[in-house]
Parts: sequence; C-alpha cells; structure tokens
Amino acid sequence: MKILVAVKQVAVLDEEFALDGADTDPPDALRRRLNELDAHSMEAALILNEGEPGEVVAATVGDQQTEDALRSCLAMGADRAVRVWGEELAGADPLAVAAALAALARVEQPELILCGAQSSDAADAATGVALAGLLDLPRVAVVTAIERDGDRLVVQRELDGGALEVLRVGTPAVLTVQAGVDVPRHATLRAIKQARSKPVSVVAPSELALDAAALEAAAGSRTVRLLEPAEGTGATLLQGAPERIAAQIAEIVREAVRA
Amino acid sequence: MSGVLAIAELRRGEGEQLGVRPVTYELIAAGRELAHQGAGSLAVAVIGPAADAHIDAVALDGVREVIVVPSPEDRFEAHIWQAAVEALIERRAPGVVLAGHTIDSLGFAPAVAARGRHGFASDVTAVSWGEHGALARRPAYGERLIAELDFPGKRTVVLLLRPGANAPAGGEQARSNGGVPTVTRLELDLAGRSRTERVELREAPIGEVDIAKADFLLSIGRGVGAADQVARMERLADALGATLAVSGPLVEAGWASRARKVGQSGRTVAPRVYLALGISGAAQHLGGMSRSQTIIAVNSDPRARIFDVAHYGAVADLFEVADELERQLG
Repeated sequence: MKILVAVKQVAVLDEEFALDGADTDPPDALRRRLNELDAHSMEAALILNEGEPGEVVAATVGDQQTEDALRSCLAMGADRAVRVWGEELAGADPLAVAAALAALARVEQPELILCGAQSSDAADAATGVALAGLLDLPRVAVVTAIERDGDRLVVQRELDGGALEVLRVGTPAVLTVQAGVDVPRHATLRAIKQARSKPVSVVAPSELALDAAALEAAAGSRTVRLLEPAEGTGATLLQGAPERIAAQIAEIVREAVRA
Repeated sequence: MSGVLAIAELRRGEGEQLGVRPVTYELIAAGRELAHQGAGSLAVAVIGPAADAHIDAVALDGVREVIVVPSPEDRFEAHIWQAAVEALIERRAPGVVLAGHTIDSLGFAPAVAARGRHGFASDVTAVSWGEHGALARRPAYGERLIAELDFPGKRTVVLLLRPGANAPAGGEQARSNGGVPTVTRLELDLAGRSRTERVELREAPIGEVDIAKADFLLSIGRGVGAADQVARMERLADALGATLAVSGPLVEAGWASRARKVGQSGRTVAPRVYLALGISGAAQHLGGMSRSQTIIAVNSDPRARIFDVAHYGAVADLFEVADELERQLG
C-alpha cells in the first residue's frame, strides 16, 4: 500500500520530558523535532506495510530547517520524503497547510494518508480532517489502532468518555493518529546515517498548481497578535516548606469535602 | 445573512441516554454574547437520530431558533454531520458557527471549514464580535502564549470552543421570558453520506473504579516519573480517602488502567476536590477536569498550565508534599 505520512516539525518545550528518564536533554531547552504523534503515525505506516508491497512517503510543509523531521522519518524507515515549501507558505495556518498537502496528495495518489491527531505546539487538531475534506476522502479522527481488512481498514478510536469505537473504512482514506499501542521505533545509528543519503525532494506550491492567492483563500485565520497569558490566573499560591504546603492542602481538602 | 449557529453536541447512545453534552451550554452562552455584540441572532442546530427529543434542552433564553436535523444513523457519524453542517451553512449563511473542541466536532468541523473556505480556529478559549467580525483567542506555542485571530474576507467563521473555557448558559428556559424560539425541522437527504461502518462499540471499562462518581480525586501525571510510584500514590489516595485518577500519558505508558484516565478522551470528572500532583495540564486533560469544584495543583514547573485552572497552587516537589501529606494523616 502506498502510504503518505504527513508530519510536522514542532518546537519542544519542557512538558515533553521522557517518562523513563532516559531522555537527558534539558527539559527547558527549545528544540525542534518530529511531532510525537507523527512518530506514532510513521510507526503505524511501517507496521501496516510490513511484509507487504508498498511505499511509505513522509511529507511536510516547511522551510529548510524542518527537513530534520523528514530525516527522522527516513531513519525510522520511510522510503522517501517530500518537503513542500515556498515563501507563500510562511505562517500557514492548518487549513493552508491542508491545502498544500492536498495538492501534494493529488500528485502522489496514496491509498492511505496518516497524520498525527494534533501537533504538540499549535494543537489545532485540524489539519488531517481538513485534508480529508479537501480531497473528499473518508476519514477517521483520533485513531488508536489500525488493521488491514482486505482492501479496507478496521480502526479503533477512543471517544469522549473513554468508550472505544471500532470502525471499518474503505481506502483511500485519511486517518489521524492518537498515541496508541505502537511505540515509535528508535532509529539505529546506522539508519540515521543511511537516512542522510535517502532522497528528500523539495516541491514548490507552484509545481502543485497552488499560487499565493489560492493559499490565502484556503487559510482559515490570520494572527493579529500574540499575548502573554495572565500569570497564574486566579490560583491562590500555597507557599512555604513541603510540610506547610501539605498542611494547607489537608485543610482545604477537609473544608471542601465537607462543604 | 448573518447570525450565530451553535451545533449542539449530544451524548452517545442517544436512544438510551438522552441529553446534550455540557459544552452545548457553553456554546449557547458564547453565542448569546456574540448576538449581543451584533453578530446577529442565535440559532442552535440539533443533529441526530432523535434530535426532536433535545429541543427543550437547548431552547434557552436568547436562542431565537432551534433547527432540528434528523440523521439516518443511530450514532454520531462524522461524514453525516459534515454534510448536515455544510447544508446548514449553505442555507443560513451564518457569520459564526460554534461547535465544541471535542472528539466529535474535530471529526467534521475542519473538513467543513476547509471545503467551504470558511474562517476557522480550533481550541478557542474566547470569542468576541467587533466591527470587523469575529475575533478569537486560542493558545499558541504549546500554551505558552495566546494568539488573537481574525478572519478577514470570510463570510462564515467556524470556531471550536474549548470545553470549560466559557461559562455555560444557565438553565432558564426561553419560555419564562416570552421569547420562545422558532423550531424548524430541516429534512436533509443524509442517507448514503456515512462513509464508515461501525463494527463495535466498547463502553469505557468502569471495572474496579468509577472516577466520575468520586467526591475527591487524587490525580497524578507524568511528574510521578516511574511506574512504581503509581502504587505509592494509590496508597496515599487511600490514606486521604481519595480515589486515584491519572492523566493520559500514564495510561499510554501502561502504568495505570484506562478506567482511571481523566481527559477529553477519557472520563470527564467534576469532583468536590481535584488534587493534581505532577500534572502539567495539557488541553486534553484540562477539558476533562476543569469543572471540578476545588482544584489544587502541585507541580515543580511554575508555568505548568494546570495552574491556570487551579484554585490553589503550589510550586513544589510533589514527592516531598506527598510524604508530608502521608505523615500528617498517618
């Protein structure tokens, strides 16, 4: 199966530290890396194609420095990578990114498109479903497991309230992937080296029949300004040594539970 | 045409479990405010197999019209909802469409916006209406900043509001004020619009614990750092008379059962006390607990987003605080 995995390079902030303490990067550092859920969708693509004929193509919309995210995908096992970029895409919102990916998908003609359910930095959770809408493909959002079922797919998703829904969907389709059972594989040093020689093609929007006016029309919003959130809005700060904090918490709990 | 169209969100399994989700009342409150600011009158669309049953629930003060759209399948199906909302926009040309930033809406609203080239923003925490139309605020850069967005040249703007970010509309029925909304039944040809087939629906594993029923939750997140700390926190919860809950990453790591997960893709809880230890406060998590009556948060990161919804916050090492809590109560 030809699978297009749309990924994003994100800014990583301190909430991203590893659970097992193996990640020794300073938690406060602003690093750029492959979006965590996109690593999950890469993994899902590789597993789906294990022992089957097909191709896994990683794609992103971004400037030169986002190529690291594509190299990460290549190191995991993607066959090739495509980066869509032109100045007209600077500051693109999720709908403009979806328009660029849709134009690429019309050229690539994949049987399946996987996207992370959301990015860790912008968290729009919109690009994949917008992409499906533009391509008029069936899609399932927030998927935690994918299996082949003949020429269709059986996918599992988690609903509000914690119930699990199992759906069957035909291909071609778009799925947005939530962290599920498949832990993304770690690339070996050898794979990382090999990834450097794998092809990353760069495609301009104009080559996909997208001009600046079309991208502007596709965009859903414009950022007027960025604001600092009000610090610690409303929370009463409990101060002092741990002993003092614990005593205050115990008192608040006693009062609130009895209220 | 103008106006505000709020898309009601229904509970799953409508046949057995009638009711609209709480986020619907937040949409109505936000829509009412937009109407006051000049966005036009507020209509609420109820899409679903038993949509008629929810008319009274959404016919609140300030709602001018309830539009009932019967759907052919006995479940939420994203492609059917997409077709219904597209038809509503085509017929009514609302200036603003409001829906929840929820698992359901995220399955259709971005597609509606992209196809219609409408304005769009998700995870919106505040919305207003001015001389240039809608203005929305949403978090940016991993919630470190707030972006203010506008939608120049867009006739319709689709906004997904973060659950819990807007105060819900009160229960006052429109009848009491004399402004009974018009009820319109819109029969659309939605048969054949479904593009998925449901194989199975597995209800949430309540199992050993129902965290939604607890008065006092001790909730732990990534900050606990290691699997063996979960058992220790469960002992602390017992000592406090609390029920243990967890954030998503602990379930994904296999450290805790899904039954204990708080979040939009987990259980939504509103206990008397929510004591959060080592929870940073991803939007996904906040959406599942921000209605708790008293929220106490302990986190070593002073910028953790959990402090934005907490009533009491302590920037401290959670283990030191846990030790002290255990000692003082033990």
